[in-house]
Amino acid sequence: MAEAYDTLIIGAGMSGLAAGIRLAYFDQRVGILERHKTIGGLNSFYRAGGRDYDVGLHAVTNFTPKGAKKGPLSRLLRQLRFQWEDFALAPQQQSRIAFPGVNLAFSNDIRLLESEIARCFPHQVAAFANLRSQVLDYDDLDQSAFEISTRKVLGQIFSDPLLIEMLLCPLMWYGNARVHDMDWGQFCIMFRSIFLEGFARPMRGVRLILKHLVKKFRSLGGQLLLRHGVKQIVSEHGRAVGVILDDGREIQAKRILSSAGWVETQRMMGEVDEVGNESAGQLTFIETITTLNCQPAKLGLSDTIVFYNDSDRFDWRPPQHDLCDLRTGVVCSPNNYLYDDNEQLQDGIIRITSIANFDRWSSLAEADYRREKLVWYDRSSDSAVRFVPEFRHHAIDTDMFTPKTIQRFTWHDNGAVYGAPQKRLDGRTQLENVYVCGTDQGFVGIVGAIISGISIANQYCLK
Amino acid sequence: MAPEEIREVIIEILGDIAPDEDLGSLDDAVAFREQLELDSMDFLDIVMELRKRYRVQIPEDEYVQLASMRSTVDYLTPKMSEVAK
Repeated sequence: MAEAYDTLIIGAGMSGLAAGIRLAYFDQRVGILERHKTIGGLNSFYRAGGRDYDVGLHAVTNFTPKGAKKGPLSRLLRQLRFQWEDFALAPQQQSRIAFPGVNLAFSNDIRLLESEIARCFPHQVAAFANLRSQVLDYDDLDQSAFEISTRKVLGQIFSDPLLIEMLLCPLMWYGNARVHDMDWGQFCIMFRSIFLEGFARPMRGVRLILKHLVKKFRSLGGQLLLRHGVKQIVSEHGRAVGVILDDGREIQAKRILSSAGWVETQRMMGEVDEVGNESAGQLTFIETITTLNCQPAKLGLSDTIVFYNDSDRFDWRPPQHDLCDLRTGVVCSPNNYLYDDNEQLQDGIIRITSIANFDRWSSLAEADYRREKLVWYDRSSDSAVRFVPEFRHHAIDTDMFTPKTIQRFTWHDNGAVYGAPQKRLDGRTQLENVYVCGTDQGFVGIVGAIISGISIANQYCLK
Repeated sequence: MAPEEIREVIIEILGDIAPDEDLGSLDDAVAFREQLELDSMDFLDIVMELRKRYRVQIPEDEYVQLASMRSTVDYLTPKMSEVAK
């Protein structure tokens, strides 16, 4: 085998790049192997028809303003030696949880959500304060509390089941890999990142953050190897010694950090059959992107993100009998952030996300697949305009991705966006020098993924 | 390196790790943790920066010596006496 690295990282997404920066900064010889021709993984970007598109998260969560010394955002900036200005984050305007007849607005100031709860659920004010203090008391490092049932905890705190469903809706939408229920640890992380910290976005989108990460990684001597898919992790006596690439080449490494996913990494180690992926995540989405000839605010849509659900029960599970489930969805407009100097994106953009079934989408023949995309573009828009103003008469361009697209470009089983339900908080595998980071280690979102890469690199690859 | 120079090195490292902190009013006798917003990741970085910049090795069970500026300088003085600034 040629080319020995101190650490080989599998996957050039947020977590892999962040880990790479840490290790390269401290003088390791680091290579990042990415199967795709570009970076980003689950948070990526593309250009089509002369327009820039983001894939992945609608917003950077965990937003704290410049000067804040606490919280994951300031921690990652310090760890990666970035300035706050580098990510150019503009805060959201206001978002909304929309259920039939009830709307709860929230912003990056928790007092708005508190006042909305006081308005719509006056008898639940004390319960919400209680929840908030329990979330703040949750110890991130306590593995035993992580997997407690959130529905059970919330059932003990609140007497109004509708408020439980409304609070779960955005938090599950933005990071729950489990069906129906949610790990208490994940709930606490999401509650802090969305309600107590908040949403933000760089005007140029996720590409700005990724480009900063890559630039820093390369400037520190790190090697980014695109179109380098890993077929196999080679081990001897319980230790990895290197990898075999898709094209058969071999690369040696002292240790391996994989952001490919738990099941996907197991498969590289020869532990899972090609089809044996029962433990992989199931939750995946379609997303439609509509470009408008005006700002969404002109049509009456000034919310940053709307999480809607069309009944009193929020049912978080992949659809069994159809390609998508349109009872719930997310409408996001990247225009509706408070950009510096009142600058604005040139086009209006509306993204609508709906829950989808991977197997059904991926088994369609090509012609059917193309037709179904058109059908479900219309249906998901029809569903969304029950909760936001009609916008389609201003459309000048549309695009759409499906679970099949996600799987094709990220190689995550089932196109699962939030990874496997069972998280591996300690990042360890059965091989003593192979670790996992990213979505399956337990942190989701852009900030979460970066923190995951940093913390696993610190814990196992630096000391 | 003399103790005063080691102190300067630590201030420089802290400035890189936590650029928003006011280090001018740092009390050398009081724990960093009580004056600055430093977490365990930041403490690891002090160790890693010393290794990167001056090849000083600090074993994990001796990280506690880096609690305050005074204890850090006292601990590093014999280790860094031969190191050039």
